Amino acid sequence: MGDEDVVLLDFWPSPFGMRVRIALAEKEIKYEYKEEDLRNKSDLLLKMNPVHKKIPVLIYNGKPVCESLIQVQYIDEILPHKSPLLPTDPYQRAIARFWGDFVDNKIYDLGRKLWTTKGEEQEAAKKEFIECLKLLEGELGNKAYFGGENLGYVDVVLVPFYSWFYAYEKCGNFSIETECPKLIAWAKRCMEKDTVSKSLPDQDKIYDFVLHLKKVFGIE
Amino acid sequence: MGEEVKVFGYWASPYSYRAELALKLKGVSYEYINEDIFGNKSDLLLKYNPVHKKVPILLHNGKSIVESVVILEYIEETWKHNLYLPQDPYDKATARFWIKFIDEKCFPTLWLAAWSPENEREKVTNEACEYMKTLESALNGKKFFGGETIGMVDIVASSVGYFIRVTQEIMGLNLLSADKFPQLFQWSEDFANCSIVKESLPPRDKLLPFVKGLIAKYQQDNAKA
Repeated sequence: MGDEDVVLLDFWPSPFGMRVRIALAEKEIKYEYKEEDLRNKSDLLLKMNPVHKKIPVLIYNGKPVCESLIQVQYIDEILPHKSPLLPTDPYQRAIARFWGDFVDNKIYDLGRKLWTTKGEEQEAAKKEFIECLKLLEGELGNKAYFGGENLGYVDVVLVPFYSWFYAYEKCGNFSIETECPKLIAWAKRCMEKDTVSKSLPDQDKIYDFVLHLKKVFGIE
Repeated sequence: MGEEVKVFGYWASPYSYRAELALKLKGVSYEYINEDIFGNKSDLLLKYNPVHKKVPILLHNGKSIVESVVILEYIEETWKHNLYLPQDPYDKATARFWIKFIDEKCFPTLWLAAWSPENEREKVTNEACEYMKTLESALNGKKFFGGETIGMVDIVASSVGYFIRVTQEIMGLNLLSADKFPQLFQWSEDFANCSIVKESLPPRDKLLPFVKGLIAKYQQDNAKA
C-alpha cells in the first residue's frame, strides 16, 4: 500500500477520538493528528463533518469518515488482514457489534452524569454505571481481551473510557476496581500494549480537564 | 437448507419490520412470532435478549441476534446474495453514517414532533425539518438511498418513510410533504410501492388506531412527569 494521505481531526480527551487512534495504531497506518479547539472549530472540520460538526473525523485521501464506531469498522475493512479487529464469523461479529453499541449507548452518558451531577442523580448513575461494567465483565469472561487472544473491536471501543475512570472515581467517590476488578485487570492488560497506552492520555490529565470543565460550567 | 430462522417482533414496530424486510429481500423463509411487548414478554424473549428485553430478535439455528441494525448487518453477512450494503468500504461507511443519522436524529425528532405538547412542538418540528433536509441530500437524485435498488439505508429509513407518514396523518401534520421535501416524498412513495416492502408493512387501518393510542399514552405520561 502506497503512501495514503490520512488525517485525524481530534480532541485529546475524547474517548471517541482515542478509539480511532488505537485502530490506526493497530493497523500501523501513518496519519497526521490535528488537534481541534472545540470552541473555535476549524473550517476543515466544518467542511468534513457538516452534519454533526464533531470530532473525530478521519480524512482518508481527502474523503471524510465520521462517527467513531463507523471509523473503526472502516479502518478494519481497508486492512482486514493486519490485526483484525472484528472476527470473520457473522455471529461473532454480531456479538461484537452488540457490545460496541452497548458501550456507546451507556458508558459515555452515565460517565458524564458521574461528574456533572450530585446526590440522588449521581448515586443512580453510579449504580447503573457499575451494572453496565459488570455486564461487560460477564461478556469478557475468562478471555484476555473481548477480542479473544488479541485486541478486538469491543476492546477498542471500551478501553478509552479507562482514561476517564480516575476522574469518575474522584467525582463519584467510589472505586471501580473494588466493584469490577476483572474489568480493571483487562484495562491494565490493554494498557501494556503501546497501541493503547500511546493513544490514551494520563488519567491525571483527564481529571484536571474535568475539574476545569466543572469550573467553566459552574458545576460544584 | 434446513435452517431455522425465526423473528420475534411486534406487528407495529418499525424496528422489527426492518428485520422482516431484510429477510424477504434475501428470500429467506422465517417463522414470525409476535410478542406482546406492552403486556407480557415471553420467557423466550427474556432468554434471547436478557440485556435489553426488546424486539426484534433474530434467531438463526438457535443463536440470537438483537438490535435491528446489528440484525441487518448479520443478515447481509450470512446470506450473501441480493446484497443491500455497498462493497466498497468508504461507501459502506457512508451508508452506516446515514443509518445512524436516521436512528439518532431523524426518527426520534419526527416522533417527538408528533406527540410534543403545543408549546414545544414548533422547536422540535423545526429541528425535524432540518434533519429531513439533510436526509434528503443523501438521496442526491437517486431513486433509493441504495441507488437503483433498495439498500440498507432504505430499510432503516422505512421508519421515516412509512411509520412517520402514518403518524403525521393522525396528527394532521404535514412534515414530509411533497412541496417541502420533493425528493424524500417521492422516495417514500416509491419505497412503499415496492411489492416486497408492502408484503410485511403493518396495514394502515390497523396502524392508525395503534399509533393514536401510543401518542395519547406518551402525552399522558409526559403531562404526569
